[in-house]
Amino acid sequence: MTEKKFKVEKTYEEINARIKAGEAVVVTAEEMVGIVKEHGAEEAARKVDVVTTGTFSPMCSSGAIINFGHSNPTIKASRVWFNNVMAYAGLAAVDVYFGAAEVAEDDPLNKVFTGSFRYGGGHVIEDLVAGKKVKMRAIGYGTDCYPATEFEKEVTLADLPYAMLLNPRNCYQNYNCAINLSDKTIYTYMGTLLPKGKNANYCSAGELSPLFNDPLYKTIGMGTRIFLGGGIGYVSWQGTQHNPAVPRLDNDTPKKPAGTLMLQGDMKQMSDKWLKGISMQGYGTTLAVGVGIPIPILNEEMAAYTGVSNDDLVTQVVDYSYDYSHQVARNYGEVSYAQLNTGEIEVNGQKVRTAPLSSIVKAREIARILKEWIEKGDFLLAKPVHQIPDK
Amino acid sequence: MNTKIYVLHFPKETGDKPIICELVKKYDVDFNILKATILPGNDGLMVLELTGHRSNVKKALEFLQNYGVKIEPISTIIRRDDSHCIQCGACTGICPTHALYLDRTDMSVLFDPDKCTGCGLCVAVCPVRAMEVALGQDIVSEA
Repeated sequence: MTEKKFKVEKTYEEINARIKAGEAVVVTAEEMVGIVKEHGAEEAARKVDVVTTGTFSPMCSSGAIINFGHSNPTIKASRVWFNNVMAYAGLAAVDVYFGAAEVAEDDPLNKVFTGSFRYGGGHVIEDLVAGKKVKMRAIGYGTDCYPATEFEKEVTLADLPYAMLLNPRNCYQNYNCAINLSDKTIYTYMGTLLPKGKNANYCSAGELSPLFNDPLYKTIGMGTRIFLGGGIGYVSWQGTQHNPAVPRLDNDTPKKPAGTLMLQGDMKQMSDKWLKGISMQGYGTTLAVGVGIPIPILNEEMAAYTGVSNDDLVTQVVDYSYDYSHQVARNYGEVSYAQLNTGEIEVNGQKVRTAPLSSIVKAREIARILKEWIEKGDFLLAKPVHQIPDK
Repeated sequence: MNTKIYVLHFPKETGDKPIICELVKKYDVDFNILKATILPGNDGLMVLELTGHRSNVKKALEFLQNYGVKIEPISTIIRRDDSHCIQCGACTGICPTHALYLDRTDMSVLFDPDKCTGCGLCVAVCPVRAMEVALGQDIVSEA
């Protein structure tokens, strides 16, 4: 394979040297749209060193790895709960993992439809990073080295020897626009969908979204340093369901859900402003995660990639009353994020009201915070040690 | 013409009287009952939209007060907790009167209490439970 030749070429080392010297030019992905439009990709690549992205939305497949420290007498915990939300304890004596979608054990779920799912793993994570006390309970079967069979205590994040946010799938590169073509209201992870296609919900930060700005994962890979939940985190692998082999536009962005990222970071740096427990009516709990990823403008190709606007990004309208749940590969049209953001699209010749689930206001704020971190010289770019698959 | 939404609290003694009918006949106001819970032996609750000349609406409200009906503007019982709201927009697709809407210039989620009818759909739809509608549990339940 021959390397493409570029007119502008910068290295991570050069960009980091400029960041350290306080000379790096950093702009947000929204600002980059105008810069590339006005000056072209080549000139933009000369001017700009780093583009910051951001996203803040419900992201299932998020969770926490906790080591809660040894009690006296010691316990080999086989079942553990935080505020009555069960954690998986089959890792070691006092290591557990719990996920954002785990609902509190006494929740009535959907027994009386629709369930409201007020508290789950996502809320435990929010409470912990907010510094709130969380009631922990553990039971074990007792061994010679770990004789205790139960204990209960109140813990805060500061009390825990180790707490890591570990999200097996975040930052979905594009997502479906969901509608309901049946004749009754449905309650989904994409929100409440009214019958006969009366509304459509979508969920992407569009031109601010990390993987829309690096569509073929040329700079975002294993080891990329990121903003995660208000602290510093890392991309540790491609996420579950990572599926780069989907139809793409000429600008290389996918026309439907494609790449995903596995993310991790120290929870003790994070804040409840950027990790929010979510309750989806009739569906369950999850976690809204704030993520920001910096993209080095190594050449004019990366400048062009980060210059995409909501007009240049599309997704598919998918029916969630039957097609999604029965894996029917069918869609009801392709729409751009610019169209979705107007509040109205057309489906089957009918005007449909649209609503986002992903907060653009918060995504923009994350991109701005990350820009400030880099401008201050506090945050250097990490070159990926391994690329995630692009096909 | 003047249109406004009111929350009416009826004392239990009025449950068997055709008050709204009388109100319309006497004061020439248009009305739209958005919600009502009137049960025998209990205090009643109604969300009522009134349209009419300002003076007629004023007289109509006085008429209601003479029956012991307590009147509140809807905006006093609807609240968005801005510290909780994450500005996602999930509520904007479901709000029937566009009281919750997006400012398309920056995609921030705005709330106009004057347009709100207190239907409560947003309460359950909001992923972070930032909307509060205090109409009494009989009328607005989570489900």
